[in-house]
Amino acid sequence: MMENPLLEQSSGVLSYEELRRHPSYPSEERYRKGPIAVIECVEAIPCNPCQTVCHRTVITVGEPITNLPRLIDQEELCNGCGQCVVICPGLAIFIIDKTFSETEAAVTMPYEFLPLPAKGDRIRGVNRAGREVCGGYVHKVRNVKGYDRTVVVTVAVPKEFADEVRFFRRAG
Amino acid sequence: MKTELAVIGGGPAGLCAAIEAAQRGVEVTLVDENQRAGGQLFKQIHRFFGSEEHLAGVRGLTIGEMLLEDARKYGVKVALNTVAWGLFSDRQIGVTAPDGVDTLEPQKVVVATGAIENSLSFPGWTLPNVMGAGAAQTMVNVHRVLPGQRVLIVGSGNVGLIVAYQLLQAGAEVTAVVEALPGISGYQVHASKIVRMGVPILCRHTILRALGTECVQKAEIARVDERFNPVPGSERLLDVDLICIAVGLRPLAELCHMAGVRFEYYPALGGHVPLHDSTMQTTLPGVYVAGDVSGIEEASSAMEEGRLAGIAVSVALGKVDPQAGAKDLAEAGRRLRALRLGPYGDDRHEAKEKIVQSCGQGAR
Repeated sequence: MMENPLLEQSSGVLSYEELRRHPSYPSEERYRKGPIAVIECVEAIPCNPCQTVCHRTVITVGEPITNLPRLIDQEELCNGCGQCVVICPGLAIFIIDKTFSETEAAVTMPYEFLPLPAKGDRIRGVNRAGREVCGGYVHKVRNVKGYDRTVVVTVAVPKEFADEVRFFRRAG
Repeated sequence: MKTELAVIGGGPAGLCAAIEAAQRGVEVTLVDENQRAGGQLFKQIHRFFGSEEHLAGVRGLTIGEMLLEDARKYGVKVALNTVAWGLFSDRQIGVTAPDGVDTLEPQKVVVATGAIENSLSFPGWTLPNVMGAGAAQTMVNVHRVLPGQRVLIVGSGNVGLIVAYQLLQAGAEVTAVVEALPGISGYQVHASKIVRMGVPILCRHTILRALGTECVQKAEIARVDERFNPVPGSERLLDVDLICIAVGLRPLAELCHMAGVRFEYYPALGGHVPLHDSTMQTTLPGVYVAGDVSGIEEASSAMEEGRLAGIAVSVALGKVDPQAGAKDLAEAGRRLRALRLGPYGDDRHEAKEKIVQSCGQGAR
């Protein structure tokens, strides 16, 4: 698909620097230990299903319900199960695994489009601003009945793009 | 026809009012002009915000099914294809049903007629395929008809952002979302998900005109200055065949006007709203409102307001012990309060407080 020339004037792009300022954004040290949920939710919206669904109770919203969700993971309990990715009405939670391979990171995201991608498909990694930034491939497609039509797709991209890629397009 | 409670409108507010009353033993007749009840829930294919008790994370269409099931279970009589065209001060309701005109004579009424989309006039606005974003959403998600392939959305509130996303899901290309204000009006998360899909959101931009002979073929947009005047030289033609207007909604409150309910003007709630107390009773005894008709919010708040009205009616009709009723009202009030927290809810909360205050003052 041709990139839209108006994109460069677009509002609504959260910068990585801005997101990093949130206290529970994972540190590089934590990333080295395995997959973890990354919550890109920066507004005081009354919403907490991420807390409700987290089996390992590492995501906390608390009271008032407008608190930003915090992922407090001192004991490294988050294993990137992805329940929060599925339930988030804002489609704002991703699982990032910077230990995926020597050179690649895995980015897991909610996906609600047809046709579904298949494991092995070549993709272009897309950043928060809608720009293609790198190549990659589909590592996993989880389409479970209990997910209620939200498909969870994991793409593998070069490690240096792990903090940027939040969507993908099919290559070619 | 006599009935204990007549509910006008079978959206989330009306259904919840009907269910709460019916499960407390009230005989309920719900009229809805559509072929199916559920209001706008069945086009809301996205997951809802809130907490578990608000069914957060559940898709609107699933909540619609749940409410219809509850209405059946508790014996709500649902009259479909039935238009309520008049509400009189003695609470009589004029309806036109498929088999003719009738009059409902209820002891209590809940008006849950919802909202209507605001329009925007500009040269070319009467061309086919200039439509409300909600209309496009109905076409795509309920009727499975994609009205256009290349879309311009006017307005960046949650409706505009969500409809942009759902048009992408339906296979359209969204060329841009334009917003006259300096910032995006809706949730950041809704903006983020369309921007990362390549949809630009252009703030300080407006539509100047729609062009086309039989149907929309192009749209002209331009940047606007601080006073919302188009900046000369910034005009740009977009190759689009569908223009969706998402510039807010207003209460569909004619029946309340007609019955003589007192109104006040609250911009935070979409305009002129019928005054009501904390149990949703208006300035006319026995006439209640719930949902968008009582001020524009969203479906989760509409459901809680409907519950308030349904419980209050049950108490007023002597179906439940007032103390038990008060407890249930307090619970629904607490859940409703939670939905109005935060920067997106503060103005609505404040306006609703003023409404309750105003309702208690002056002659009924």
